[in-house]
Amino acid sequence: MRAMVYRGPYKVRVEEKDVPPIEHPNDAIVRVTLAAICGSDLHLYHGMMPDTRVGMTFGHEFIGVVEQVGPSVRNLQPGDRVMVPFNIYCGSCYFCARGLYSNCHNVNPNATAVGGIYGYSHTCGGYDGGQAEYVRVPFADVGPSLIPDWMDDEDALLLTDALPTGYFGAQLGDISEGDTVVVFGAGPVGLFAAKSAWFMGAGRVIVIDHLEYRLEKARTFAHAETYNFTEYDDIVVHLKKATGYLGADVAIDAVGAEADGNFLQHVLAAKIKLQGGSPVALNWAIDSVRKGGTVSVMGAYGPIFSAVKFGDALNKGLTLRMNQCPVKRQWPRLFEHIRNGYLKPSDIVTHRIPLEHIAEGYHMFSAKLDNCIKPVIVPGAG
Amino acid sequence: MPYTADKPERPPTGEELRARIPGWGADLDPKDRPAVPRERFDPGASGAHWDFPERQEEKWPRERSIEHKILPPVFGTSCPPKGISGPLRQFAYRRYSEGRAAHWLLLIVADRVDAWESHLRSFLTLRPDNPVTESGVLSEFSRHGISSRFGRRRTDVKHQWMDPVIVGGPWVLAGGAAVAVLRAVRRRRRA
Repeated sequence: MRAMVYRGPYKVRVEEKDVPPIEHPNDAIVRVTLAAICGSDLHLYHGMMPDTRVGMTFGHEFIGVVEQVGPSVRNLQPGDRVMVPFNIYCGSCYFCARGLYSNCHNVNPNATAVGGIYGYSHTCGGYDGGQAEYVRVPFADVGPSLIPDWMDDEDALLLTDALPTGYFGAQLGDISEGDTVVVFGAGPVGLFAAKSAWFMGAGRVIVIDHLEYRLEKARTFAHAETYNFTEYDDIVVHLKKATGYLGADVAIDAVGAEADGNFLQHVLAAKIKLQGGSPVALNWAIDSVRKGGTVSVMGAYGPIFSAVKFGDALNKGLTLRMNQCPVKRQWPRLFEHIRNGYLKPSDIVTHRIPLEHIAEGYHMFSAKLDNCIKPVIVPGAG
Repeated sequence: MPYTADKPERPPTGEELRARIPGWGADLDPKDRPAVPRERFDPGASGAHWDFPERQEEKWPRERSIEHKILPPVFGTSCPPKGISGPLRQFAYRRYSEGRAAHWLLLIVADRVDAWESHLRSFLTLRPDNPVTESGVLSEFSRHGISSRFGRRRTDVKHQWMDPVIVGGPWVLAGGAAVAVLRAVRRRRRA
């Protein structure tokens, strides 16, 4: 089969690989019909995530058709169209039994601090991902769901990570009616978080970024008030002024490890790899939220320490809430919202790229060329 | 102003927002939010029909965190440890917990070693690494590399110049070293 393969920092190519075999009785093999590059894939691509091995296939956002199932699989059969959450999870451990599917203890030998994620380094379990023609899907009775007939493929694809993660971020903010919510980052997850904040009753939603084309999308797609942080000497002071010097009730970090806005922080994390992430957006969130407010984090960070302004969080009495999103828990409610016409996830897709051209896709997305917001990968095309 | 008890600004009413924003308030009640409460004990909800999953076959000694009591029953089998980076990774897992910086820094070092030995190994194959095609840099021409970057107040432009240095620098250094070695050999032969 053809598969994207990591060749070292900033380098990927497409190679011929063996079709993955069934390795466990509850495995399925899925033929990928659509995949996506996630912003967090860029942390792997840039060599920031420890134990990212040359030869690995990335990709934790994908949908496809079941090709083969293991002997204990009951809920799926060959030919089923499925959407697969980015979390790999057993459904039965201490954490899964409590709904913490992203924190499963039975799928990742390499680390206890993180669950299993497709194509996301050995730190997340060492599974190949879906930027390929075929992918092994463990626990086929637990993770994947049939794609409803009424749902578009690209909408289903965005339900495997970006949309539920954004929606989850808004939930972590514990938003009350009339709250002012500031979202740092107007990438796919930030756009969905901003959109979701309205569902939870926000009275005002503000989005911060430095890419004007993404802020434009935040205004049109997420009905948000936007500020480009490069236009202000100090975005924290500006946000204080914009909220009557109170601060936002809720701040959401939808950027994660490669945040821009502070040259030293960015270079230390993204170039020299001496931090798990550049916590610029997180520090802005801590400083711009009001005392007693809530900071929600679902932007991805690596496991190494980061220079977070923890003292400010303590002194302001903040509630910090964070996790990787347990995707499947969000699906029933998000299916309703899509069906009711409250949002159309695929509105944020900007590029559709054949798998064979994925190296150009990674570069374009990484360098933010061509007004790229969300690139979709099409195996077998082109 | 926060110097008195009231909130500085009154937000628009729910009716105003509902009229303007599709779905406003649909999840106003926290009971309608699927991640609330965060922990909800319901072992039957996941679809799992086992108390503990069957164990996947361990085809090679699988490296694992020393914070795990046992090897978890299911794991990825991509890219077994190899070359010089392999023992480095195994040592990081065997010796240091996830709580130690040494664990992660050793794994990062192993990643760099892995990249270099893989590049060198690729030159013994029919498909050597090609930093031009693999970096996707040609999309600079097809995807508006210049107009996407300049005149847009993008702050990442301040550090993007480092990317070609990170990607190409080691190749230039390696090429220079190879030339220096060749020259030295030639000089010795002449002598």
